Amino acid sequence: MWRWLHPYAKPEATYRLVEKLLPWFAALTFISLVVGVVWGLAFAPADYQQGDSYRIIFLHVPAAIFSMGAYAGMAIMGGIALIWQIKTAEWSIPAIAPVGAALTVVALLTGAIWGKPMWGTWWIWDARLTSELILLFLYIGVMALYFAFDDARTGAKAAAILSLVGVINLPIIHYSVEWWNTLHQGATITKFERPSIATSMLIPLLICLAGFLFLTISLVMMRLKNEILRHELGRPWAQQELEKN
Amino acid sequence: MPFDSFQDFIIMGGYGLYVWLSFFLSFVVIALVALETAIARKSLQKKSQQLQNRQQRLAKRQRSVSQ
Repeated sequence: MWRWLHPYAKPEATYRLVEKLLPWFAALTFISLVVGVVWGLAFAPADYQQGDSYRIIFLHVPAAIFSMGAYAGMAIMGGIALIWQIKTAEWSIPAIAPVGAALTVVALLTGAIWGKPMWGTWWIWDARLTSELILLFLYIGVMALYFAFDDARTGAKAAAILSLVGVINLPIIHYSVEWWNTLHQGATITKFERPSIATSMLIPLLICLAGFLFLTISLVMMRLKNEILRHELGRPWAQQELEKN
Repeated sequence: MPFDSFQDFIIMGGYGLYVWLSFFLSFVVIALVALETAIARKSLQKKSQQLQNRQQRLAKRQRSVSQ
C-alpha cells in the first residue's frame, strides 16, 4: 500500500490524479443532486405533521452531515500533514475548510428557515444549533490560522493542530440532541436501529446525501488543484497546465 | 405525486416561501464557493504569465550583458 501511496506525495502526481477524477465526481454530483432534489421537492409525499415544510430536510440533513464529514476529512489531512510532513496534505486544509464552512452555513441557514414555521423562531441558543455554529467558527479559525504566518508551513502546522483539536466538537454536535434538552429533533437516519423515516422520503434523502458527498469532493478537488498550482507556480509543468485554458 | 397542479407545487401547502428561500440561499452559498474557486484559477493563470514574462526578460538581459 505504501508503495502505491508514496508517488502522491509528489504534488504533480496528486494534481494529475485529481484532474482525472474530477469530471466523474462532477457528473455524479450533477446527476444525484438533480434526481434527489426533484424527487424530494415534487414526488416525495408531504409529512403528516409538518406538511410540505419538511422538504427543507433534503438540503438541511445532507449539508449538516457533510459539514461534519468535511471537518473529519480536514482533521485527518491535518494529522497526515503533521506526522508525515506531506505537503499535499497540508495544502488540502485550505482546500477543505471553505467548502466545509459553506456547508455549515447552508445547514444553519436552512435550519433557521425550517425553524421559523415549525418552532416559531429562527434561532435558539440550544446545544445543537450552538455547537454547529461553533463548527463554523472552527472552520474560520483554521483558515485564519493557515494564512496568519509569513512562513506557509508554520501556518499549515498551526492550522493542522487546530483542526485536530476541533474534532472534539463533532461528537458534541452529534450527541447534543441526546445529552441536552433541545427543540431540535433526534437522529432519524444516523443511528443503528431502523431509520425512523418513511421509505418514500428516505430514498430521495439518501440520493441527496450522495449528491452532497460528491459535491463536497468535487469542490475540494477544484480547490486542491488551485492550491497545488499556487505552490508549484514556478515549475514548468504548472506553467504548462495554466496555459492550457 | 403529492401536488395537483404547478401552482400547488409553488405554494407548498403554505410553506412555499420557506422551502424556496432555503433552496435559493443554499444554491447561492455553494455557487459562491465554486465561483471563488474559478476566479482563483484565473488569477493563478495571470500570475504564471507574469512570472514567465519576467523570467524571459531576465534571460534576455543576461544574454545582452554577456555579449
